[in-house]
Amino acid sequence: MHSDTTSLPRRRITLSPPGVVFAVIGLAALFVPIVTFKPNRIVPGDGVWITTAYDGVAGWLIVAILALLFLTGALKSLPPAVRIVAALAGLLGTIVILGHVATSLIADSARGARVSPAAGLWCMLAAYLLAAVDVLNRLELSLRARWMVLAGTVIVVVLVFASGYLANVSVMMEYAGRQAGFNAAFRQHLVLAFGSLGIALVIGFPIGVLLFQVNGLRRPVLGALNLMQTVPSLALFGIMIPIFGWIAMNVPMAAKLGVAGIGIFPALVALLFYSLLPVVSNTLVGLTGVAPEVGEAARGMGMTNAQVLARVQIPLALPVVLTAIRIVLVQNIGLAVIAGLIGGGGFGTFVFQGLNQSAMDLILLGTLPTIALALVAGTTLDLLVDALNTSPRKRSAS
Amino acid sequence: MIQIENLTKRYGSTEVVRGVSLRVRQGEIAALVGTSGSGKTTLLRMINRLVEPTEGRVLIDGEDASGIQPHLLRRRIGYAIQGHGLFPHRTVGQNIATVPHLLNWSNREIDARVDELLHLFQLDPAQFRDRMPHELSGGQQQRVGVARALAARPEVLLMDEPFGALDPVIRAKAQADLLELQKKLGTTLVIVTHDMEEAIALGDHIAVMDKGRLLQYGTPKDLLTQPADDFVESLIGSAERPFRLLSLTTVADLAEQGEATGATIARTTNLRDALAECLWRGVDVLPLDGGGVVTLNALRTSGRGLAETQGEVN
Repeated sequence: MHSDTTSLPRRRITLSPPGVVFAVIGLAALFVPIVTFKPNRIVPGDGVWITTAYDGVAGWLIVAILALLFLTGALKSLPPAVRIVAALAGLLGTIVILGHVATSLIADSARGARVSPAAGLWCMLAAYLLAAVDVLNRLELSLRARWMVLAGTVIVVVLVFASGYLANVSVMMEYAGRQAGFNAAFRQHLVLAFGSLGIALVIGFPIGVLLFQVNGLRRPVLGALNLMQTVPSLALFGIMIPIFGWIAMNVPMAAKLGVAGIGIFPALVALLFYSLLPVVSNTLVGLTGVAPEVGEAARGMGMTNAQVLARVQIPLALPVVLTAIRIVLVQNIGLAVIAGLIGGGGFGTFVFQGLNQSAMDLILLGTLPTIALALVAGTTLDLLVDALNTSPRKRSAS
Repeated sequence: MIQIENLTKRYGSTEVVRGVSLRVRQGEIAALVGTSGSGKTTLLRMINRLVEPTEGRVLIDGEDASGIQPHLLRRRIGYAIQGHGLFPHRTVGQNIATVPHLLNWSNREIDARVDELLHLFQLDPAQFRDRMPHELSGGQQQRVGVARALAARPEVLLMDEPFGALDPVIRAKAQADLLELQKKLGTTLVIVTHDMEEAIALGDHIAVMDKGRLLQYGTPKDLLTQPADDFVESLIGSAERPFRLLSLTTVADLAEQGEATGATIARTTNLRDALAECLWRGVDVLPLDGGGVVTLNALRTSGRGLAETQGEVN
């Protein structure tokens, strides 16, 4: 029962609370199957543990090393660089194990066998990734360093997949059979997400400016947009498909302009539907947030109303509008998956095909790139918002 | 010159400014004083038509302001407000260049004018031109705000509580700087303030407003010695009256022949400070720089606003 705190060693071991959570997830994952081995694409398979994939001492040694890397990430008293390197080493190690295990299992079995990532692997990847991001956020890196981290991450991920090292993992096998389809889906997905965002900006931004000018319109317009936001997407398709179908059939020019009951047109309209509220309301919030004396001074010095808007109020509202662009883009990258349901293309195509065939790997082929795209787009826009907020320092005079 | 004739502003049935007439001569400073809600700011904003008058008119150098397009009128009139209203996304130089830019001056002219004004306001152009407003202190921001208002060499400058956001020490310095600058440029200046002290320090004429009415328009001395009514008197404050009266004059005006011991005081010292000095030193006579003295008796007489009416002679 000694409570003599002064006798503690000088370098005390402190833990990072989120780091501990991530480490616990990771450690637990070590005792869950990392991959599922399936004799063919559809049947449920058998779990494979690290210790069964690698026999004897080798397996336990790998488990020990991975565990050590998890613990390193959770130790707050270590230098951040060490913790990041540990997390990245764990991340890379996990991917190497996945590729290696998949290749050796496939080599030993009949054609059509599949090796799918299982819960253990996902949890390990997530735990290392979260640990790395957690430390990275605490570093408060400069803007330029954060751009470089983003670019570096994208390049490494692309290189890993391009190298073919993971070619024997089930998801990549699905990809191998559908390369052309995948590339087309990627393009369509970008068109859906960015296209709907672009249209939402073209329509929503002027509406936001109008609401700022005409106070009486705010309540009815925002009310209507709010209502639109609450319509479930499936219900929306239920309404749109017959309406647009009818228009395409009966209005002479409509079909030529692309109006159709199914396909990319209703998908874009649906995404636009959910994008308007964030764009309009953030434009309005940004404009009303501009300090009133700034607008007052601008008018008092002889700017016309249009000049006050264009030279003072809109530039000052821009960071908030950019926040809306971020929200809408990330939201629409995710939401664009539903386009697959009505033949609108995009990664959703694989998701709904996979659901129909009960082929989990195919669902993943649609889901994983969607998540990656959303993460990259979200981070990019975060960095853009920060750049706009912190560095309007030098612009040439007049 | 600014002539305000029977100016009235009504919002619905409430009159915020009621039939105000006054005249500010070329190169003079007029201070509009009143409590909040007195209509002083509305009156000011009717001069550059940020608020459109309901009745009456404003003549600037004889020209009816209602005949000029509002934004063109405002480019001819400087305007500075409390909290300066600098554009946070523009550099100091760009802020100052706002009106010259609107008037399509050439870039060379604008750059030269920006540097000239920064010099005038004791801000080194090389150091301050490219800074953002948030990188300046409150006093510096205020000076940039006034520099911006003066950029296109307006004949008339309107200021709405321009020193309201400054702390007392910087505020006194800013007032002194403004006075000096105004003398140098000869700008006609209308300044809104709720602070009678500031109005007396700056104004050649003071307009006291209450509930939309102009109660009195006169020199600081008029206001102190002959307040039009109880409200004006209360705004001046009976306890402060003699000292404010003393603060209007310098000791040079009271200099007499004579000798006195002790440190001399500057001839530009105002009578209030001289009286304070007498009391502090416990003397009846103060020696002045360059010879002569000022006596406590003379100071006492000058502070007596009611002397003539009571027929009292020292």
